[in-house]
Amino acid sequence: MTVADLTSGSSLSSARQWRPELGLGHRSRAREARNLLARVVMWTAFLIALIPLAWILWTVITRGIGLVLEPVWWNNSQRGITSRMVGGGAAHAIQGTLLMALVTAVMAVPVGVMTAIYLVEYGRGRLAKTVSFMVDILTGIPSIVAALFIYAVWVTTFGLQRVGFAVCLALVMLMIPVIVRSTEEMLKLVPNELREASYALGVPKWKTIAKVVLPTAFSGIVTGILLGLARIMGETAPLLILGPYTANLATNLFGGFMATLPTMINTNRVESLQPAIDRTWASAFTLILVILLLNLAGRLVARTSKVRN
Amino acid sequence: MAKRIDVKDLNVFYGSFKAIEDVSMTVEPRSVTAFIGPSGCGKSTLLRTLNRMHEVIPGGRVEGSVRLDDADIYGSDVDPVAVRRTVGMVFQRPNPFPTMSIGDNVAAGLRLNGMKDKKILAEKIEASLRSANLWNEVKDRLSKPGAGLSGGQQQRLCIARAIAVAPQVLLMDEPCSALDPISTLAIEDLIGELKSTYTIVIVTHNMQQAARVSDRTGFFNLAATGKPGRLIEMDDTQKMFSNPTERTTEDYISGRFG
Repeated sequence: MTVADLTSGSSLSSARQWRPELGLGHRSRAREARNLLARVVMWTAFLIALIPLAWILWTVITRGIGLVLEPVWWNNSQRGITSRMVGGGAAHAIQGTLLMALVTAVMAVPVGVMTAIYLVEYGRGRLAKTVSFMVDILTGIPSIVAALFIYAVWVTTFGLQRVGFAVCLALVMLMIPVIVRSTEEMLKLVPNELREASYALGVPKWKTIAKVVLPTAFSGIVTGILLGLARIMGETAPLLILGPYTANLATNLFGGFMATLPTMINTNRVESLQPAIDRTWASAFTLILVILLLNLAGRLVARTSKVRN
Repeated sequence: MAKRIDVKDLNVFYGSFKAIEDVSMTVEPRSVTAFIGPSGCGKSTLLRTLNRMHEVIPGGRVEGSVRLDDADIYGSDVDPVAVRRTVGMVFQRPNPFPTMSIGDNVAAGLRLNGMKDKKILAEKIEASLRSANLWNEVKDRLSKPGAGLSGGQQQRLCIARAIAVAPQVLLMDEPCSALDPISTLAIEDLIGELKSTYTIVIVTHNMQQAARVSDRTGFFNLAATGKPGRLIEMDDTQKMFSNPTERTTEDYISGRFG
């Protein structure tokens, strides 16, 4: 086979014949047309996918930015503010959302990361397959089912009140599979050669995992945790079932009501008066902002990763 | 500090698959022993059984014995982790730890085994890098990442890392197959220097390399794909390459198969 065979594609398709008088071959108009078509289709699909995102952001930002820019929005709660009144802030809801996310993460991250370590580094045979299958099932559980399950245990069986901590328990169920799956992928990306290099130095397996494998996968694991956090912070079903809204600042996860951004949105949403409608959009914008900021913070943490080239 | 290795009636299995059959050999201290043979003949597998690295692969197990001087490394009370501290290993592809600097890579084995004294660590780093002929190239950038070095430098870094834990035996699994000729030469020179201190076993696909660096050579072959590998012949390198006893050895060395 010669260069000319390759450039004219005669070995691939007998319909197009190699014409020796053209030397190395000729520009194929048909191929260029197909290339252009594929490019147009790709860009169109990309733009179509972008439209809803841009639309949502535009709507939420234009309607919500007025209140969000006022300092009182970040400093005050809605204590004593009725739906007719302008004023008050979202501090109580931001605080509740962050507090619940933190407590959820504290419970879910160790379990999720450890499970992933087990599945990737230790798990063999039937137990590992079972665990992996269970994680799959957990991934598929709708948030309202997780919330109702916790309700059944927490309220119906144990007779406890609906409190922030019960919400956290439901969120843990939703966050664990996300973390397990993402951490698993990151651990699998760590080349086996690094583990072997460590074993060959006489380093025990657990220390190899702690000092070689985890640091190498660190930034990916952090990214996965953030994805999990972003998911649970926007979750609404567990909040509606287990975490009633209050207009006041609250820090007790084990007693009393606690506001969160999703429940604040939902509470104001049902009102028809303009101040409440404004607050709906502003709290929606705030939720997007908070998740965005957390993601940025996470990116910064992930950048401190010591994998360097 | 170099030790003799005595392999006796060794069979190696991965699950139910028998990878190596009935190998017996002696590796002399302070010498270089090369394993050659066609792909899949079990030479790398045998190398990994010498520091129990084959156990890292699920289902890997052995029958028979491997003795370091007088100690059976497969004795029931022997910790494989301890074996690997005594018998170091260098791999085919350079694999410095990407999260660590050049200095930390060399110190990794010591530090991960609990050494904390900064002064001793610094001394060990320098001594190991000097032994690996890398000190002059990296002494001004010990805190830079190891992945920034060239392939040949990375491999010497890995050798420095392996000898920093003061092993008695150094196993090398095709240490030059990912390197260019100049880096290969540097590593071969280094092997020649290291053999005054260590027992070195090297697996290589490159017969010229085996002829250049080794004192003794073992030739492995397998009857057919799926059959276990066997040690066909082992002798002084010079004899193996000039006047081998077995016909298959001669056929392989002269390039008639493999």
